Amino acid sequence: MNIEQIRDDFPILHQEVYGKPLVYLDNAATTQKPRCVIDAVRKYYEKDNSNIHRGVHSLSERATKDYEDARETIRSFFNVKSSKEVIFTRGTTESINLVASSWGGANVSKGDEILISHMEHHSNIVPWQMLCERTGASLKVIPMNDAGELDMDAFQGLLSERTKLVGVVHMSNALGTINPIADIIKQAHAVGAKVLVDGAQAAAHMATDVQALDIDFYATSAHKMYGPTGVGILIGKEELLKAMPPYQGGGDMILMVTFEKTQYNCLPHKFEAGTPNIAGVIGFGEAIKYIQSIGFEAIETREKELLSYATKKAQAFEGLRQIGTAKNKACVLSFVLDGVHPHDLGTILDREGVAIRAGHHCAMPVMQYYKVPATARASFSIYNTESEVDALFEALTKARDMFS
Amino acid sequence: MFSLGDLYKQVIIDHTKSPRNFGKLDPCSHDAEGYNPLCGDQLHVYLQINEDNIIEDIKFEGQGCSISTASASLMTQILKGKPLTEYERLFDAFHDMATADMDDEPDEEALGKLAVLAGVKEFPSRIKCATLCWHTLKSAVEGSGEPAITE
Repeated sequence: MNIEQIRDDFPILHQEVYGKPLVYLDNAATTQKPRCVIDAVRKYYEKDNSNIHRGVHSLSERATKDYEDARETIRSFFNVKSSKEVIFTRGTTESINLVASSWGGANVSKGDEILISHMEHHSNIVPWQMLCERTGASLKVIPMNDAGELDMDAFQGLLSERTKLVGVVHMSNALGTINPIADIIKQAHAVGAKVLVDGAQAAAHMATDVQALDIDFYATSAHKMYGPTGVGILIGKEELLKAMPPYQGGGDMILMVTFEKTQYNCLPHKFEAGTPNIAGVIGFGEAIKYIQSIGFEAIETREKELLSYATKKAQAFEGLRQIGTAKNKACVLSFVLDGVHPHDLGTILDREGVAIRAGHHCAMPVMQYYKVPATARASFSIYNTESEVDALFEALTKARDMFS
Repeated sequence: MFSLGDLYKQVIIDHTKSPRNFGKLDPCSHDAEGYNPLCGDQLHVYLQINEDNIIEDIKFEGQGCSISTASASLMTQILKGKPLTEYERLFDAFHDMATADMDDEPDEEALGKLAVLAGVKEFPSRIKCATLCWHTLKSAVEGSGEPAITE
């Protein structure tokens, strides 16, 4: 893998912040976009902009084709059985809300249980809490250990015939932990529960085969995998999606509307009411092709290399405590530094050109577990280099000196 | 360009490391909680206000960054033993300072030692860190019972 060549694909990386070269280490929040994605979005607006699935004119036909081609690219990328099972949404959050509202509303009732893990992002907590409030079901939490790994024995103990759904994050955005989802799915299915996998953080870093894993619902966002913001997918098994009521009503999700009755469109359109984010979907497809052009083997090898380089530096850095030290983790270095609050670190590092995230990472229960108000988080991607990791630690040294 | 030194002045570092009036005030006549949902800062402000409307004692506790801790520490220091009218005047003066135009010099006469925090206006994402304690104080004094939030 030629890192310099990859860096050249990302126009945004070649800039200075406060006179220092930008070191972008906030990839878990959102990744940067390669030129091919930016060009695809631009081409759509410059050449093909029109509404899809309705025009008979050339522009609409071209836009519809590009939109549906992107669906096919995504289907093949996640090895989904049929493109009917790939629904475009605004992102992971909307995908999970769709399932909680539509599937949950029809299948969950008082006395049932929804099982999630302690390391979920708020988007995989709150929709289930809302569902439980509506239905009288209860929310159970799979605990984790100090390293930030799920307690699989406790998970087994929590599963029962009352468990209707297990919602679990593939890779934690706050800790970097990669969860054993194959095992989780097998055990959940054994008691008849469905499984929703939140793939937002993992999708850009490792291959996910939804058929091999037998995933019932899978949600992810384009913007964390080099694609545009405001677009994501829900992948669901056809028989489940077919039986679910629509989530939103509107155009494109109907076959026939009269004031007496509406006949809903077939999958996947039943869940895509209104004019979608067409440019975003087309950009998403291009981002997937970009990942495919590099390949997960190369991506995983490179990102492991970089994480291990950064982890060694972190271990040697006086006063630094890593938050999240799971055996199986990927490209996230979450930490606290003695005497310097993460928020101050964020500001000080910014002045050195280093962009990191400081805060609770929309995973407040994780912060509560470690009894910290916030962490600083450096998260890496394919375009990051060892010298950028060095820049991070040089900036951390400055911050530490300032408060010493 | 404004440097980090404009924000992290020595006085602020000093108050971060050894905050004044830190801890719970029990009993107290007024108290309130404040949150900054953006960064997870949590603050609790306690006051003992006597019948002559004098702030006899004021304390704070909580977790926050250096700006929010130093701001709360300075706030308690400047208000302890002062009449309530002084809180009203300083609340407005502080708010003006934090939201002033970049070129405006802080009114050091009105602000006293609080002027050391004037650098925050150059760091838009940090203004709320400095103002959290003041909003929490306001909520305590006015007895709204609602936690103060900076959003």
